[in-house]
Amino acid sequence: MARKLLLEHINVSGINTFDVYRSKGGYASVEKALKTMSPDDVVEEVKKSGLRGRGGAGFPTGMKWSFLAKPEGVARYLVCNADESEPGTFKDRYLMTYLPHLLIEGMIVSSFALGAKTSYIYVRGEMMPQIRILERAIAEAKNAGFLGKNILGTGYDLELYVQPGGGAYICGEETALLESLEGKRGNPRIKPPFPAIAGLYGCPTVVNNVESIAAVVPIINEGGDEYTKIGIGRSTGTKLISAGGNIKNPGVFEIELGLPVEEFLYSDEYCGGIANGKRLKAVVAGGSSVPILPANLFLKTINNEPRLMSYESLADGGFVSGTMMGSGGFIAFDEDQCIVRNTWNFTRFYHHESCGQCSPCREGTGWMEKVLHRLEHGHGKMSDMDLLVDVSKKIEGNTICPLGDAAAWPVASAIRHFRDEFEWHVTNPSEATSRNYGLAHYADPLPKKEEPVA
Amino acid sequence: MLRVDEAQAPVEFSPALISKFDDIVSRYPQGKQKSALLPILHLVQAEFGWVSPNAMDKVAEYLHIQHIEVYEVASFYSMYFLRPQGKFVLEVCRTGPCCLVGAEKIMDYIEEKLGVKEGEVTTDGLFSWRGVECLAACGFGPVLQIGPEYTFYENLTPGSVDTLIAELKAKGHN
Repeated sequence: MARKLLLEHINVSGINTFDVYRSKGGYASVEKALKTMSPDDVVEEVKKSGLRGRGGAGFPTGMKWSFLAKPEGVARYLVCNADESEPGTFKDRYLMTYLPHLLIEGMIVSSFALGAKTSYIYVRGEMMPQIRILERAIAEAKNAGFLGKNILGTGYDLELYVQPGGGAYICGEETALLESLEGKRGNPRIKPPFPAIAGLYGCPTVVNNVESIAAVVPIINEGGDEYTKIGIGRSTGTKLISAGGNIKNPGVFEIELGLPVEEFLYSDEYCGGIANGKRLKAVVAGGSSVPILPANLFLKTINNEPRLMSYESLADGGFVSGTMMGSGGFIAFDEDQCIVRNTWNFTRFYHHESCGQCSPCREGTGWMEKVLHRLEHGHGKMSDMDLLVDVSKKIEGNTICPLGDAAAWPVASAIRHFRDEFEWHVTNPSEATSRNYGLAHYADPLPKKEEPVA
Repeated sequence: MLRVDEAQAPVEFSPALISKFDDIVSRYPQGKQKSALLPILHLVQAEFGWVSPNAMDKVAEYLHIQHIEVYEVASFYSMYFLRPQGKFVLEVCRTGPCCLVGAEKIMDYIEEKLGVKEGEVTTDGLFSWRGVECLAACGFGPVLQIGPEYTFYENLTPGSVDTLIAELKAKGHN
């Protein structure tokens, strides 16, 4: 059995209450950190652990923490990014629903490490039930002396608040999130300055994903070195994967990084294979913005090596034949799914969610949506595919925040790998919406790599 | 367009509501009360069913900010209704993963069942519906949510939609 660092007690009845959580060893990391460690010791352990941000970018958390400016007399803030809205991702909702105290425990230890006296958990507005759960859990923790003034008699004070968003994907971008927390439109800020220098209210701020904050708890309990023993290479520890789409067992799974993707997809411990006896056509491995891969390229790298669930292996082949770990939003497509329709759907999403600040993203996402809509509905032209690639290239890298890239990659990768299906939509307009192109050759074994001639 | 009587509907914040506002403002540093804007707009919408122009002006006055600062925020975020809705707004996720498991059929079914198009209100004033973007419940699709509690209904089927609408009707007529 794989080790569970976050979800070990997920099935314990009442684990969402303080007393049960505490009886299972909860809040031990707060006692350890506040009573036996200095804030810098905590930062050092997190650095040693190699923990990489679990929200999508995969930037080392300890390093992000060490960038935090510490001018005298200026408040510092920790803000938890719980604005989970990347299509395919639902791990943070799960964690907050069933293990609210794990997040709060992680927030206390992390706030202590950063010297924050006030911290916020920014939760997407649609998650009102989770906001209520967190607020109740915060009240319980405060009652037990783990929040508020002079925590556990150590002299450390911390107030923790939950802030609802208003329904905007862009607020998952950390500077948009800070704007939103300040009561403004979620327009990302130009960087630099980075939040570590000037974040919330212009003060030094760290923004971390829910799962990253939760992972700090086992790292402090067992030590950063222990954490690196799980995983593979620079992909240390465990990762929550939210698996959905056409699989038998959709849900949230905690995996040890380095698990073969084939095992993740087909074993009953995880996804359980494709539902309804169908075959796998394609996979989006890390949330809608990462490149989509056809089944054959997903299961094996271009060098015919089995692909692993790790940051490096998923990215093997770059954007030509690889993808990204992203947020861990795993979406499987069976043979009945239409890639053109799905690409149009995702692009509509990004068009809807573009904040409108940068014209390449504001206009480009709309153009791509229109072109994909006409392709899907049988009104496309052969030149549309090149047009889409051209527009996507002109968005990518030309915007303040990564939403532009996130919108460009799914389109570029769908055309790269499924061009024949797009062409079929042009050549068979009457069938474009009534019938699917099907599995085609996307699940066939990869062509044998040519041996270099000696 | 808003009807004139809707746009001019008088708004009064009760002392109980104001005390909730005060509680939220206390979470932020002195002078940063604007941070309370999003949570307060949620409370206003829960109370009145939508965020009317008069309500926005009142919120601006409460927070000591310009009216435009409220309008620009309320119009940016998708959760705030800037016009009156049905008593129950069924918000169905329309993004990729939910569509892989039949969200489009569920939306068609809801449209047929309620007899109104997306964004319209049923004649009895009880229902409206709309497609919304990813609700982060992709493993349990199709899903819909209903405010102001934002209760979730997962793994929807035509049968479960029938049951839900019947329950809401009974609740709405009481």
